[in-house]
Amino acid sequence: MDLSFSPEDAAFREEVRRFIDENYPENLKGKLDEGEEWSKEDYLSWHRILGRKGWVAPAWPTEYGGPGWSATQRYIFSEELARADTVPILPFGISMVAPVIYTFGTPEQKARFLPRILSGEDWWCQGYSEPGAGSDLASLRTKAERDGDHYVVNGQKTWTTLAQHADWGFFLVRTDASVKAQEGISFLLIDMKTPGITVRPIITLGGEHEVNEVWLENVRVPVENRVHEENKGWTCAKFLLAHERTGIAGVARSKRGIEKLRAIAATELDGDRSLIENPFFKRKLAELEIDLAALEFTELRGLAALAAGKPPGAESSLLKIKGTEIQQRITELTLEAVGHYGAPWFRGFGDSDNEHAIGPEYALRAAPTYFNMRKTSIYGGSNEIQRGIIAKMVLGL
Amino acid sequence: MDFSYTETQTMVRDTLARFLADRYDHETRMKISRGDGWSPDIWKAFAEELGILAAPFAESLGGLGGGAVENMIVMEELGKALVLEPYLSTVVIGGGFARETGRTDLVESIIAGGVTTAFAWAEPKGRFDPANITTSAKRSGSGWTLSGHKAVVRDAPFASHLIVTARTGGGQREQAGVSLFLIENGAKGVVRRDYPTADGGRASEVYFENAEVPGEALLGETDGAFPLVSRIIDEATTALCAEAVGVLRELHRQTQDYAQQRKQFGQPISKFQVLQHRMVDMFMEAEQAASMALMATLKLPDPAAVSMAKAKIGKGLTLSGQEAIQIHGGMGMTDELAIGHYFKRATMIESQFGNTDWHLQRYEALAFGEAA
Repeated sequence: MDLSFSPEDAAFREEVRRFIDENYPENLKGKLDEGEEWSKEDYLSWHRILGRKGWVAPAWPTEYGGPGWSATQRYIFSEELARADTVPILPFGISMVAPVIYTFGTPEQKARFLPRILSGEDWWCQGYSEPGAGSDLASLRTKAERDGDHYVVNGQKTWTTLAQHADWGFFLVRTDASVKAQEGISFLLIDMKTPGITVRPIITLGGEHEVNEVWLENVRVPVENRVHEENKGWTCAKFLLAHERTGIAGVARSKRGIEKLRAIAATELDGDRSLIENPFFKRKLAELEIDLAALEFTELRGLAALAAGKPPGAESSLLKIKGTEIQQRITELTLEAVGHYGAPWFRGFGDSDNEHAIGPEYALRAAPTYFNMRKTSIYGGSNEIQRGIIAKMVLGL
Repeated sequence: MDFSYTETQTMVRDTLARFLADRYDHETRMKISRGDGWSPDIWKAFAEELGILAAPFAESLGGLGGGAVENMIVMEELGKALVLEPYLSTVVIGGGFARETGRTDLVESIIAGGVTTAFAWAEPKGRFDPANITTSAKRSGSGWTLSGHKAVVRDAPFASHLIVTARTGGGQREQAGVSLFLIENGAKGVVRRDYPTADGGRASEVYFENAEVPGEALLGETDGAFPLVSRIIDEATTALCAEAVGVLRELHRQTQDYAQQRKQFGQPISKFQVLQHRMVDMFMEAEQAASMALMATLKLPDPAAVSMAKAKIGKGLTLSGQEAIQIHGGMGMTDELAIGHYFKRATMIESQFGNTDWHLQRYEALAFGEAA
């Protein structure tokens, strides 16, 4: 039993840390704290830098361009990215569609799509949820009908993250309505520029445009863009869910969040002391840190099991539930810490001149971030669904 | 014991509810929010068609002979419709100060709808303590000169007058040495930065840059206004608790409606026991909030009861707001649905006039005899 990382892993951590220090673009540092949002170019610029280094796809097999890291190294890498508060590497291409393509795709599909995902040339989005199919994803109704060597796709997807930037999307569609729901679904890769696709923004509680509705009307998709066999799409979807889960708990990002929260609470005054000296607030911070330690060591236990060659189990549901609860709690306490200055809304209405910070800069995004982070216990399989998975798969209930 | 409303009280509630259903639906509310942040037409209707601006005042002041119960009734209805107009700032707070200082003229102007007030009490470094004041007022000739910065003054962008706490003596956190001023908004030396708030209202940072105000701007006693300030803040907090009841009832109602319509796995999601229990919790929070708002109202001016109510309701607001979004799922995250706006208002009420922790600590100090 040993708590420490090996000297090789420690050296690896140093290497990663140095690379980030020396290469992370200056103009992206602290951007979110100043009330701005990540642009498409922001995401891509860091993607390309990591791509050139060969580090953008940590979990990919080396034959497709992965770095050949161990599970521990991948963990360290994601921890260092979070520590430095970098713009995230979006999962849709690198860690969602690519593993499906290299696991189930044809040699032609691999050659065509994987290099462009690695380089950042293609931006991917995920066409899963529908207005009537959220938690009950298998009830999806967007249908694809064969017409010669094409599918003709009709239907509506929703909550499609950053589809406004997307070149390609991977879609679950119904190809057979006569069988059990899960057995009539196929996995299609669709060029987002195909005629018949309309992307409409959905504005969320923090005023963000992160998600979209995607309407598909007689969209013609070449049959060669189907991954895996017809009606085997649910296999791809399930594989994707159980696949790469490193970082799902968001431990490192939460550590960073708590550091910022501590700094805010040390700055905010509560009478003749700082807020962090208020026993009520201090107690809540302490509980949060304890919860995070429990999450971290649960994740490390999983990591150690994985490193010892054991297959990943349903503990990813535990990591998702507890990880998102902690992320939400951090934003809740941050909003509480900033007091009155949680109320000013940093986005002016329309052309209002509300461009300069009201109150301290760290208060600027406290409310919108609290609102926005409510999504984390809803998306990616809601926390109710995740508890259902544990009840069924782990407890056997 | 009798908690039933009088005929007049029932009429006030029903007329207001009907008016808001007809003239203040969610779409209208959002239009007002994105426009000027309040509607002078609605305010005029409150004054002239409904007469609710007169509800909590004695007949001798030109009112309908009501008091805190009337404020409670009105505020709960305003909470249900997320009304943006400044009833709390003007009628409860401005009217409260006017009543207590014998300013019949001011009460009359408020009832008529001509005067609206915003209450400038909080300061950037004062957190929730109304005695933590650095804004100063110094005598100059027959008047006063004010200097300082007031934080997040709700409704200040459009109010006709500001009510300002300032230090005429004493140290930064002392209760002695606090005075109160009624100042015309836009007076010379009063500088505002206006902005929208997270719950769709309006507020300002207000800076007094050697603002010269006349002697008659003083409300109440020089140096001795703190007990009055504290009392009116308690009345305001109690009214805010009643608004919270309206918000909590709507969070529950709208969530239950949605859950009964939304089908997944072949049935309405309201059939899942795990969600049923959580909606029951939301219902219980609303009921307990109604009880606490009533208790605080009937016990005014008991500060311990006010802090008990605000602390209890603050927790309920957090729980119900979060559950409402969670049970709505993705739809709850959209700006388009009303539920998100109830969640935002619930979140803001939690910290208005002191958050849950602040009122818990205040209650502890009052109930266990610690120094506050």
